[in-house]
Amino acid sequence: MTPDLMRAGAQARRYAEQRALAHQGSASGGRIASYSRVVQPGQVDIAHGAILYLDDITVSFDGFKALNALSLSISAGEMRCIIGPNGAGKTTMMDVITGKTRPDAGQAFFGSTIDLLRLRENEIASIGVGRKFQKPTVFEQLSVFENLELALKADRGVRASLFFRLSGEQLDRIGETLVLIHLKDHAQRAAGLLSHGQKQWLEIGMLLIQNPKLLLLDEPVAGMTDEETERTAELFLSLENSHSLVIVEHDMKFIHALTHGNPAKKVTVLHEGSVLAEGSLADVQQNEKVVEVYLGR
Amino acid sequence: MSAVLPTPLAAATIVPRRGLLLGIRGWAGVTIALAVVAVVVPVANLLVPADSVFHLSEFAVQLVAKIMCYAMCALAMDLIWGYTGILSLGHGVFCALGGYAMGMYLMREIGSDGQYRLPMPDFMVFLNWKEFPWHWALSDSFVAQMALVILAPGVLAFVFGFFAFRSRIKGVYFSIITQAMTYAMMLLFFRNETGFGGNNGFTDFKRILGHPIATPSMRMLLFVITGCTLIAFFLMARAIVESKFGRVLQAIRDAESRVMFTGYDPLRYKLAIWTLSAVMCGIAGALYVPQVGIINPSEMTPAASIEIAIWTAVGGRATLIGPIIGAFFVNGAKSWFTQVFPEFWLYFLGALFIAVTLFLPGGIVGLFRHEKVLALLGRSTRKEEGSAS
Repeated sequence: MTPDLMRAGAQARRYAEQRALAHQGSASGGRIASYSRVVQPGQVDIAHGAILYLDDITVSFDGFKALNALSLSISAGEMRCIIGPNGAGKTTMMDVITGKTRPDAGQAFFGSTIDLLRLRENEIASIGVGRKFQKPTVFEQLSVFENLELALKADRGVRASLFFRLSGEQLDRIGETLVLIHLKDHAQRAAGLLSHGQKQWLEIGMLLIQNPKLLLLDEPVAGMTDEETERTAELFLSLENSHSLVIVEHDMKFIHALTHGNPAKKVTVLHEGSVLAEGSLADVQQNEKVVEVYLGR
Repeated sequence: MSAVLPTPLAAATIVPRRGLLLGIRGWAGVTIALAVVAVVVPVANLLVPADSVFHLSEFAVQLVAKIMCYAMCALAMDLIWGYTGILSLGHGVFCALGGYAMGMYLMREIGSDGQYRLPMPDFMVFLNWKEFPWHWALSDSFVAQMALVILAPGVLAFVFGFFAFRSRIKGVYFSIITQAMTYAMMLLFFRNETGFGGNNGFTDFKRILGHPIATPSMRMLLFVITGCTLIAFFLMARAIVESKFGRVLQAIRDAESRVMFTGYDPLRYKLAIWTLSAVMCGIAGALYVPQVGIINPSEMTPAASIEIAIWTAVGGRATLIGPIIGAFFVNGAKSWFTQVFPEFWLYFLGALFIAVTLFLPGGIVGLFRHEKVLALLGRSTRKEEGSAS
């Protein structure tokens, strides 16, 4: 056997091994990876364009259907506003996505491979789904700085946090976020002493510092002054494209500011647990069914 | 995102000062406490003649030692209740389990010096048992029993906590099931068949590691060990609450759902602090038994566990010095009251708890942090922040 023959043989074997590896695929999502794209567990796969995919989700509480065969798809980098009358299932939808409520039927995928219905709340949060609650929820006894420190991307294990030390880089990140949410002068104040609007901002800051891929925001501007609302709209617009946002809101002025009358930005109307209409804000506002159940009143 | 930001940033202005565990006054306090426990009390008790004013009686030493064990339990309770917001009404059981593990060893050390002059503990002879039950297999080994002091409460707390926290049992429901556990354990230990001496428990200890247990020097040695353990627990608790782990615990207390949606698994954090807290109580119990000389199921009554919560609340929750002060204050008062007005002690305890709940939500320590009191003492509020533990 000549040396170059041996080399050729080794090369052929390497190729064969790589092909076999690519063929193995993964169980996630019940599909097999193609040659070029190997499924990586824990990584969000947005090659098909969708970051969030809800299909036929049904949730019932004692016979009352909070969500009724809801199907919804959010593209990566999209900003989607969701409106709907009280009891339309907006918050329940967020509960399903974040793992708080398990649906009776249906599928929920993050990217095209991660099955959200198999994960717990904290696991869903760590793979990059951030959620802001309707009522601002911050750690009231801790300072603004400490609130952000806890939200910072770091090992979430018990031992890791027992010996945790802030690095300079992480400190800069907290500083940046403090500036971004206009709370730099309040860094050492207890979060419980902030105004309602400031708490909203802090919670948004706690989400942003984790750098999530998908942000779920439940009425983010409730209780804010007009000026704060405007600044929030600006902030969200700056996040568009790099993050995907789902915003549930009642404030039409705010939604108008977010969509800028751009017909490419979709608004979804929920009613009685399923999608009533979807389209640009102008289209939706003219839709007869929507006018009847929601806007006409 | 960075486009929006003005980049240069005076980071120093936003960083809280941390890392020394305690302030200068705090370390001075720890040093003084250590000196008192390890030098002043032994000298005053053993070396100063009995007729001197500075002599410390055997009774006083024993009382302080006992209260220091209680203070450890209160400190453990504070970690789980004050900082994590989980009220346990079962810490008395963990304490008693540690005590029983120590008691088993001490019973074996009696050897053939018991009432019946037989190499088995008296209660077993009385029950006509011919050999040791399986759980006494290792009881003649000091090391094995010391491991049990940690393992018995630790494993019970871990298993109980795992199922309770996994089922997301919270608030008053958790308190109630800990109380139920306490009651069940008490009934179990009251039975003779359990092999722990029934309602008489263990007593009449003679020796520890071959040395007589009732001598003044042995008492003093146990006292010093107890005091040093209490100080070590205090410093450990301080390190815990000052770490990020401690801040996650406080976050769980304030908004558990936010903790979860920030990516932390509250189950692990709660289970870790719950188990640690139980082990601390177990060690306190193991130090308590040789000094008090008896352990029986009355230590497991629900009331005993509730008392631990009262010490913590009276001293001040979510401060570390608070529960220690609370344990000394309430038990000091108890010792005095039960001598002077024995029939009124329980009324006083009840009134104290009501008064603290209504008027002093921060306990005794909270009182000294109140603005008006500080003004009365001529100090500003700002100065006090951070320096006190």
